[in-house]
Formats: sequence, structure tokens, C-alpha cells
Amino acid sequence: MESKNLTCICCPLGCALKVDMEDGKVIDVTGNGCKRGKEYGAKEVTNPTRIVTSSVVVTGALCGAVPVKTAADVPKSKVFDVVKALKGVSVKAPVHIGDIILPDVAGTGVDIVATKEIASSI
Amino acid sequence: MKYDIVIVGGGPAGLAAAVSAYDAGTKSILILERDRELGGILNQCIHNGFGLHTFNEELTGPEYAARFITQVMDRGIEYKLNTMVMDISADRKVTALNREDGLFEIEAGAVILAMGCRERARGALNIPGYRPAGIYSAGTAQRLVNIEGFLPGREVVILGSGDIGLIMARRMTLEGAKVKVVAELMPYSGGLKRNIVQCLDDFGIPLKLSHTVVDIQGKERVTGVTIAQVDENRRPIPGTEEFYECDTLLLSCGLIPENELSSSMGVEMHKVTGGPVVNESLETSVAGVFACGNVLHVHDLVDYVSEEAGIAGRMACEFVQGKVKGSDGKGITVKTESGVRYSVPATINPVNMAEEVVLRFRVGDVYKDAYVSLYINGERVSHKKKRILTPGEMENVTLKREQLLSVGDLTDITLKIEED
Amino acid sequence: MYDVIIIGAGVSGAAVARELARYKAQICVIERCEDVCCGTSKANSGIVHAGYDAKPGSLMAKLNVKGNAMMGGLSEELDFEFKRIGSLVVCTKNDDRSKLEELYKRGLQNGVPGLKIVERDELLKLEPNISDDAECALYAPSAGIVCPFGLNIALAENAATNGVEFKFDTEVKNIEYTEGCFELETNKGTFTAKAVVNAAGVYADVFHNMLCDKKINITPRKGEYFLLDKGVGGHVSHTIFQLPDALGKGVLVSPTTHGNLLVGPTALDIEDKEGTNTTLSGLDKITATAGKAVKNVPLRSVITSFSGLRAHEDGHEFIIGQAEGGPKGFFDCAGIESPGLSSAPAIGEMLGGLIAKEYGFEKNPRFNGKRKGIVRPKDLTTDEYNKLIKEQPAYGTIICRCESITEGEIIDSIRRPLGAKSLDGVKRRTRAGMGRCQAGFCSPKTMEIIARELNIPLESVTKAGGNSIIIKGVNKDRIDCEVAGR
Repeated sequence: MESKNLTCICCPLGCALKVDMEDGKVIDVTGNGCKRGKEYGAKEVTNPTRIVTSSVVVTGALCGAVPVKTAADVPKSKVFDVVKALKGVSVKAPVHIGDIILPDVAGTGVDIVATKEIASSI
Repeated sequence: MKYDIVIVGGGPAGLAAAVSAYDAGTKSILILERDRELGGILNQCIHNGFGLHTFNEELTGPEYAARFITQVMDRGIEYKLNTMVMDISADRKVTALNREDGLFEIEAGAVILAMGCRERARGALNIPGYRPAGIYSAGTAQRLVNIEGFLPGREVVILGSGDIGLIMARRMTLEGAKVKVVAELMPYSGGLKRNIVQCLDDFGIPLKLSHTVVDIQGKERVTGVTIAQVDENRRPIPGTEEFYECDTLLLSCGLIPENELSSSMGVEMHKVTGGPVVNESLETSVAGVFACGNVLHVHDLVDYVSEEAGIAGRMACEFVQGKVKGSDGKGITVKTESGVRYSVPATINPVNMAEEVVLRFRVGDVYKDAYVSLYINGERVSHKKKRILTPGEMENVTLKREQLLSVGDLTDITLKIEED
Repeated sequence: MYDVIIIGAGVSGAAVARELARYKAQICVIERCEDVCCGTSKANSGIVHAGYDAKPGSLMAKLNVKGNAMMGGLSEELDFEFKRIGSLVVCTKNDDRSKLEELYKRGLQNGVPGLKIVERDELLKLEPNISDDAECALYAPSAGIVCPFGLNIALAENAATNGVEFKFDTEVKNIEYTEGCFELETNKGTFTAKAVVNAAGVYADVFHNMLCDKKINITPRKGEYFLLDKGVGGHVSHTIFQLPDALGKGVLVSPTTHGNLLVGPTALDIEDKEGTNTTLSGLDKITATAGKAVKNVPLRSVITSFSGLRAHEDGHEFIIGQAEGGPKGFFDCAGIESPGLSSAPAIGEMLGGLIAKEYGFEKNPRFNGKRKGIVRPKDLTTDEYNKLIKEQPAYGTIICRCESITEGEIIDSIRRPLGAKSLDGVKRRTRAGMGRCQAGFCSPKTMEIIARELNIPLESVTKAGGNSIIIKGVNKDRIDCEVAGR
């Protein structure tokens, strides 16, 4: 049996969770103060995911960058791959919220979408 | 120029106030925004986590702002960009400046102050050392990276664990910078737990509590900073100094409501919040002048800003329509003690108040398993257990009009933290 | 070959340059920094002393009183900020009153006008926030405050428009003298001149000692300051000095020409001529002693702290004129510590006149001593301002919100003679970034304006020239090497 220690983020209390695992399966979560903590602990050790927010270059606008995000969670281990895939990506204004900037980023099956309206300056 | 309501600031507070004032019945509204676009500081807060309360989904800052901008556009509410308000007189004449109109005056039926806040700068922190390039408030760095696309530094030390500092630790790491340490003067972080885990722990960035910067090296550009542990009086402990080689120092050491306009028009200011003293209608000591958002008190979540601004907008509308009288100074001051640092609103007049008023406040220390208690005329009317209370989070208590009216002669409202 | 090369574009060098501009002569100012006013001249109290402090008969006493008298007229001629607000040296019940009387007498000897000792009742009327311990004070109505950047920049600009050359980022490495010719070796090549003015501030001893047998020694004397928010600028309305005691001159509390409150300086002799850092102990010392003459100094409203180095020569006297034991034509303008700023107009007149006479320079009939500063919209009527915005819309955009500085002013600061090239250059000329947020909001916008006006990439914009770059790269530019290594 192995165990992992992590801090719960469900509320400001920040309970110190201990997640016991065997063969990649969660056996027990301890240290949590509530039910939400138990769920968070189990997910965080088996399948941690994150929304990645970043920016790419925009041309023809008053600003130099357009903010983007992954349209859904991606595995935590893929965060840097997502960012790397955005290097060198450039779009032309105008840009609209939800525009797909890069489909299926880093093989995650998740699209990178714009999160801000950028008007054309020309 | 003449408008029923002039709103100073087109950030989250100003936008929500405008929408709510419009929906409450005032159509003659003008928003004055100093930047080149609406949305305020949300435009540079490109991380997610906004809007869970308001929209039940996790949005990024620009997306959250866009929801409100759309509502403003749909209603055809007027706004002026690149427009700076230079002065507001006590009789609500607003003087503003822009390229197209020059220096111009607007007569306002009501004014809503929604100017937001600014970051505490290095000078106010009395950090000794040189004054080279490479020292930025976290928000300035955030603007450079997120709006302009530039990296202000490659090796970074961050002082202050406010949320912007934590967010920027992750942001700069993901853009290729190395964040070496986050130092926090207090024995606890001012940021959200979630941000500490996802912005620092995820990337192995150490957080040093009870530490501060005691020296900045570098004559042209920062070459390094020295941090040291502090004692209980927040004074550096000799011998604990550690030098970090870096080219950048980011400061995330607190936000200060921007109230120069408010003070110069004679609005009474609150010593703790740095914002105006407001009554149950979020009206300042100057009749017909309302305040909401971070100019009133620094919020933790934008959702609460929108909620508060909605009330300010509605109240401004009622004032314009003559449904509520202007500030009469007859309210009871909400007393705050035992850990409660302030209350917004600061005064309550039950005669003028709505069915319910939410009192928002912050605590001065970390409390576990403590109670938030509300006393009316010395009698405890509410006693709510909280598993945790921290200075970084805003708390609230709802005050009901009937509670106040039922006691007859109202003499005292007190808000406090109790251990049992 | 130049007729005169002036080393240093601080206030003394600029004052000499402007005086020499009155003559038909080839004058060049060589400055190692990127701008004028980068050393001692930029970090001091900004006080125009009345002149009771210096030893009677000394050059310091003479030039201080004269410089003070000249300052009003000069500020009108050159359009910089100067206010004759008067000063008070406060004697508390713990002080030795005879010391105050000594100052008074010295002031009379030095010819300081209007001096008088005021007793507590009158003192309280002048300054309601005076210390409860204050018993009396030496009142000097002729003392004033000046914007030190404003004075320095105005002098230099006016010199430049009258034909004086300025070379920035040019550091003098060595000086050779042969037969009436000085060769100045710099990082930008060699320059020659018939005469040299050594106005190199804390480095003046280095250049003096290169060429002169009789050595001088300048010690950088560090002074640290707090600058407070405009909201508390009215805490005092005169410059308030503490009566010097065994512990030194003490710190002053004074309004500045821009309405802030200044508290400082400390005094500490150091070795490093570049040691312009503030220190924990220095800042603590100001905090501990600020309240001696003024009560409730609102130190919570500090917006920034800074430190400057006074060029203290061992003999504590201005060294001005043909250098002793040096080649003919090598003129010192050394040891210019307090009251150096106050004396600057008189120093320029004295040394410039002396050189002109020595070399028989002819008057330049085209000299125009008038200079217009940057237009400040708040000095205009609404109609005038609106007319200006119509002509130049940039005056309708506020860039620095704390100080209400427009894009028009920033553009002017860059385009005018000896214009700004960096954020600090813009700041010293316009005050953009000098307010309570300390450039947090406006620096990205000011950078854009600088880049556009100078036609340089944004990445090349600096805080103060040299290697003080603000931007290190573009997003993700090193992402592969940096991130892959994780």
C-alpha cells in the first residue's frame, strides 16, 4: 500500500489529506473535514486535471496577446505540453470569445479557445 | 451634458451597477471608463475561477467581464472610453477629460463610484535597497504578460502571497520564467488555498511565511534580493537572511481602494477599509453618491462585487426616482469588535433599508471553529458557526429589517467573532 | 577642439554650461549617464537654503545667499517650480537655545534677509503641527523649495538651445594635458578642449587628482529620505529643520514643490560612490527622529523612499575655480554639497564668468535666456485647455492617473531639447509615475509612448538607460529550454 499527502482546496481550511492507495486504486482518504475533501483527494491522486489558461500572439490589434484556455480540463501531466504547443501560435484580429485557436491541443482531444473579444485596430 | 446616473469606472462594479440601475428603471446612464475598453482589471485576469456564484460556471476574467459588457450593450447603455474623471463636486457635477470632448462637465442625478483599487507599491512597504528596473507590482507584470505579451523577467522572487502574486507565479512559470520563492510577511497567506495549491504547489514553488525582503541588489536591473524571517512584530530577525539571485521582484502586498476623487469631493472615508463610509443603500456621506466594488472595500471574489454593485445601481435608481431620501446621517453605526475589522455598510437606518441588508466584513486573524455573532440592542440574534475564518476571505451576515424594527428603539448593532 | 568641456550634467555642470552659453564658444557637456540630473542633483532635499548655516566669509555662505536671491528670477526666466515658503529651525526645550542664537547671528553676518527668532506662540500660528516641545525657532522667510529636476533640466535645456552640446552615456576614463590642450578619453572616443570644468559630483576628486598635485578627497555622504503622499503634503507649510545637536543636523520635514511631504535626510559617510541604496537602519533612523520638531509626522503615508550621495570634501567648502596645483584651464567645481542646489545659479555665474573672462570669450548676441517648460494643463483655463486638446488631442488622454499627467506632456518631454529617453527621464520631466501608485498603472503606457516616439522596440525601453531594461523577452520565447528541463 502507498499513500500520498496533499492539501485540500475545497475551502480555506486546507485540510491535510492522506490518500491511501493500492494498485492505483484509492482505498481510503483521511484527514479530510468534509465529504467534498474525500472526493477531491481521490480524484487528485488518480486523475488530476487542470484548466490551462495562457495567451497567444495577436496581430492587427491594440494589444499584443489574446488570452486563451483549454475548453475543458486536461490531465495535469499535460499542462506543460499544452503550453509548449502554444509557442509560436499567432492569430489575426478580430478574435471572438470561443474561437478555436488550436484544435486538439497536445493530443488531449481538447481545443484551445479564445477568452476575450479582440477588435481589429486596422 | 446631463444624465440621471453617472458611473465612474467601467470595470465589474461599474458594469453591474449600470445594468441593475437600468433594469430598475433609469435609462439615462453614462459610464465613464479611463481605459480603452470596458471590463477593468478583469481584462488582464486571464485565469479561470470567476463566476461560480453568479453564473454557476468557471469563467476567465475577460469572459466574466464580457457577460456584463454584453448586458450593457444589449440595453444600449451609454459609455465613454479613454475618459478620465478629474473632479466631482458635492452637488454631483462630474468633470471629465478625453480627446473628443476635451474637458467637459456632466450634471448627474446620482453618481456611482466604481473606480476600483490599486496595488501597494514598494515605497509604501519601506523595502530598503537599490531602485533598479525589475521591480513590479504583480498587476503591472500581469498587464505586460497578459495584454502586451511581454515577459518582464526570467528569474523571479515574489513578495506577498496575495492572490495576484500567486496567480502570477503560475503564469510566469508557464511562460518560461523561473519563480524561485514567494515570501509572505504574515504567518498566513492572504491568498486562497486553491491558489496556493494550484499556483505554487503544482510547480514546486516554495512559500515562506513570516518572511520579507530586506535588501534589493542591482544598480541597473535587479540582480538579486535578500529575504529574511521576521519576528512576531514583523521585524527581520538578524542571521536569517538568504540571498536569491534573480532579475525580477514582484510585489503582491495588498490593494488600496482608489479614493482620491471621493476624498476631494468630501466623502467621509472609513479608516479600516480605505473606502467611503456607506449606509444601508451603499450611499456615501454625500447625498446621491453611491459606491461599490473595490473602491468601497477590497473584495476576494468578483461575484460579490457584481452583487454589491447591483444593489448600488438599484439604490441610485431609487434615489433618482425620489423613492429614497438622500443620506441623512441618522443611521446607527454597526459596531465591529472581537476580530471583525469593519462592516460594509457601516451604518444602518432601518427606516430606509430594504427587507434585508447583507453586512460584508473581514476578520483580522485566522479563527477555527468560531462563531460569527450579531447583536441587536445587546441581544444576540444570530450565532453562526464557521469552521474557518481567515483575513483573506470576505464574510457576510444578513440583517433583516424586521429584526431591527421589532426591538422598538434601535440603539445598537454589533458584529463580533466569538469562540463559543 | 572644444573651448570648454564640462564633465557632469548635474545641476552645477548645467549651471556653468548655461552661463557659458552666453558667449560665443564651443561648449560640450559630457555625462556618463543617459540623462541630465542623474546623480546627487536628483536625490536631495530640494531646499533653497536661506544661508545662515555656512561659515561667514566662506564661498558656501556667499554663493548660498546669492543663489537664493537669484532663484526667483531664474525660475521665471527658465520656467521651473520654485516657492519661497520660508524655513524654521526649531529649538525644543531639550535643545540649547544659544545654538539657535548663534545661527541667527551667523545668518546676519552672511547677509540673510528677514531673519528673526519667533517664540512658541508665533511659531504655533506659523505651524500648528509643531512639536509640543518646541520653544522657539529661527524663521528665515527667504528660504524656499525648488524642484531639483526642474532646475537642473531647465538649465541644461536652455544651454542646449543656445548651442551647448551634450554627450550622454559618455564616461570620461582618463584626462591628459599637453600644451594648452586637454584630451579626454571616454568610452565614446577622445575629445579635446582648451579648458575643462570638473563638475563630476562624487567623482570630482578622481578627475582632480588625475591632474593636480594638491589632492582633494570627496566622501559620498549618504542621505536617505521618505516621500509622503500629497494627501499629507499640508502637514507643514514651511521647511522645518531640527536644531543641530551632538547627534548631527537631524532630519527636516518639508512640503515639496509638488505638494508632497519630504522627511529626511540621514547622514552617513560611505565608501561606495555608487551606494545609492536605502538601508533598513537609515529608514529606521528617519522614523525614530522625524518627530523631534514636528508632531504626528504621518509616516503611514510614505509613497517611496530614496537615497542620495552628497559630495562631501574634507575641507567642507566649495572648491570652485582654477584647480590648485593643476594645469592651467582645469577648473574645479567640486565639493558641491549642501547648500549646492541653492547656490547653483551663483556657482554657474561665478565659474562661467571666470572662464569667459580668462579666455576672453565674446558675448553671444543671439543668446536667449528664456525657456518654456512643459505645458501643465492644470495651469490653463478650461477654454485654453480645450483649445490645446483640439490642436493636440494627446493632451486629452491621461496616462498617469495619480498625478494627472497627459500623453501630450509625455510626448513633449520626449521631443523637447535633451528630451527624455527612459521612464525615469519622463518621470523627472513630467512627474508621470511619481505619484502614489509609483508607476504601477502608467509604466506600460509610458513605455509604449517612448517606444513610438523614439522609434525603438518596446523591449529596448529602459527605466534609466544602460542595462535597466524593463522587458526581458516575449512570452514563451525560451519555453523549450526552460520548461523541458523540469
